[in-house]
Amino acid sequence: MADSLLWLLSLLDSTARLAVPLLLAALAGFYAERAGIIALHLEGKMLAGAFAAAATAAVTGSAWLGLLAAIAASLALAAVHGFASISQRGNQVVSAVAINTVALGLTAVLANAWFQIGGRTPNLPADARFGEVTLPLAQSLSGVPVLGPIYAELVSGHNILVYLAFLLVPATAWVAYRTRLGLRLRAVGENPSAVDTAGINVARLRYQAVLIGGVLCGFAGAYLSTAQGAGFQTNMTAGKGYLALAALILGKWRPVPTLLACLLFAFADALQTRLQGVALPGIGQVPVQLIEALPYILTVLLLAGFVGKAVPPKAIGQPYVKDR
Amino acid sequence: MTLSRRAAVAALSLLTAGFLSASAQAKDFEPAIVFDMGGRFDKSFNEGANNGAERFKKETGTNYRFFEVQNEAQREQFLRRLAERGADVVVAVGFSMAPSVEKVAKEFPKTRFTVIDGVVNLPNVQSVTFAEHEGSYLVGMLAALASKTGTVSFVGGMDIPLIRRFACGYEQGVKAVKADGKVIVNMAGTTPAAWSDPTRGTELAKSQFDRGSDVVFAAAGQTGLGVLQAAADAGKLGIGVDSNQNHLFPGKVLTSMVKRVDVAAYEAFKTAKDGTWQGGARTLGLKEDGVDWARDEHNAKLVTPEMKAKLDAAAAEIKAGTRKVANYSDTEGCKY
Repeated sequence: MADSLLWLLSLLDSTARLAVPLLLAALAGFYAERAGIIALHLEGKMLAGAFAAAATAAVTGSAWLGLLAAIAASLALAAVHGFASISQRGNQVVSAVAINTVALGLTAVLANAWFQIGGRTPNLPADARFGEVTLPLAQSLSGVPVLGPIYAELVSGHNILVYLAFLLVPATAWVAYRTRLGLRLRAVGENPSAVDTAGINVARLRYQAVLIGGVLCGFAGAYLSTAQGAGFQTNMTAGKGYLALAALILGKWRPVPTLLACLLFAFADALQTRLQGVALPGIGQVPVQLIEALPYILTVLLLAGFVGKAVPPKAIGQPYVKDR
Repeated sequence: MTLSRRAAVAALSLLTAGFLSASAQAKDFEPAIVFDMGGRFDKSFNEGANNGAERFKKETGTNYRFFEVQNEAQREQFLRRLAERGADVVVAVGFSMAPSVEKVAKEFPKTRFTVIDGVVNLPNVQSVTFAEHEGSYLVGMLAALASKTGTVSFVGGMDIPLIRRFACGYEQGVKAVKADGKVIVNMAGTTPAAWSDPTRGTELAKSQFDRGSDVVFAAAGQTGLGVLQAAADAGKLGIGVDSNQNHLFPGKVLTSMVKRVDVAAYEAFKTAKDGTWQGGARTLGLKEDGVDWARDEHNAKLVTPEMKAKLDAAAAEIKAGTRKVANYSDTEGCKY
């Protein structure tokens, strides 16, 4: 009993760790897409953030400076996307794909040029990374049955970015549904002309949304390279930005369902590392290939049958032109 | 049309080949090397080959050409380009080079190819493989000797027979010390991306620690760096692979299963220069110093004299042939 509880807790623990980058990126996508800007560039922003964080932390030895650099790098790319798709009214998909391609190539080349170890950054020492935080009373409460281990194993002992990511979900929900900014953001994604008629600057609102997304992707990137990992590797995001976008769509562009979708993807990923080579009761050992495909099978099944129709914001992808 | 064009190409390449071999005496010796995905500074397999090439450069002052493969299609392109440019010997690093080497070596029968970790049966190809199971057996013994829980684990890169050979030798070594010891085996994936995913390595290692393992052997290229990192973070012991990785996390890496890829690359260059290069297959085992376990100042405190004595005794028996280590590739599954 105690063993299986511990097994379950370690599974959920791993789920939480794996969900964080998806969640941060998906929330970044939430702001941009609800304001009517396609957020296909999450991948590139995260990758640039991951590189900036690892490179800065490697040189200065400070994880916090790394985080700042990650946010700056991600913001810069977000601004480029904003300029192309808001000011210049360009095709948002093309701009996003270009950003992803540039980020992939540029980070690898810069890493090679600056550190000369094959497109990586040096391994970061412990104090240049975000370490695990032990919450108060974790030790003394661990003796309490069931709740004690849950608190000590699952809730305590993560790095600070994990807590930040999960706190951002209610915060985002509050901003989106309880504040004036949130109302305007949602309106500008549905019907920008109405917002414009009310005397509110559409371009400015959309820039705000894209830049908030930039900050969040900076967090996600820093998490990948200086909290979860210990250094940057070429293409270390490996499609997480696209997966985050899928989670956003699966969550129908709402914060809490998006959180659930992120947790589901992360859970499938955590489960597959644990199911490998383990004989399941009644079934026996499942082939590795099948387990590896598990997250994708789940996604297809859910999207096909259980979620229902996901309706995107009405004005998404359309540049706003004042006089038509 | 295609036939005549092919004939024309063949004639042209024969001419070029003749021209090149005629001018070969005059021009400088030109060795070349193609590194596989992971890159020549992967702190592991490719870096070993790089060290060998660098050593050759230092000793002889001869520069070498190199390419780093970034995607599947480039293997053949790079090999062909080097052969066309008239490289005297082309070293191809990694098992996945073998099919490309076979194709290109047929087109350029005058060029000498050395493929490391793969086998190609052509007269102008030298195939160097290693007896990984022997080295893995020794580090498996050491893992069992150092483990306090009696459970140890293994993280492989891509799920291929070569990596299964590591896992199988490791398991035999563990069982030789503790017959009831438990070995958890995980693979990072089934595609080449499995070699360069440290985050997955970290997660796999953490899941193994949760299941009681306290020593983990990583044979997974860059993914292995994540495994060693996880071990260092959790206060467990890691075991490195291919190159000596003890220095990466001093005091946290129990040892490394060293494959002397550097020797293979160095000797390919050297013998080609001296004219003693020979085609055919070679397997480098404990006896040939092709595999070994790493001892240096970084793990000196982790390995007690008793452990070392036991490993040395086992190594001597394997070299003498009195202790047999089953090879996964020969036995169709890990049977011993």
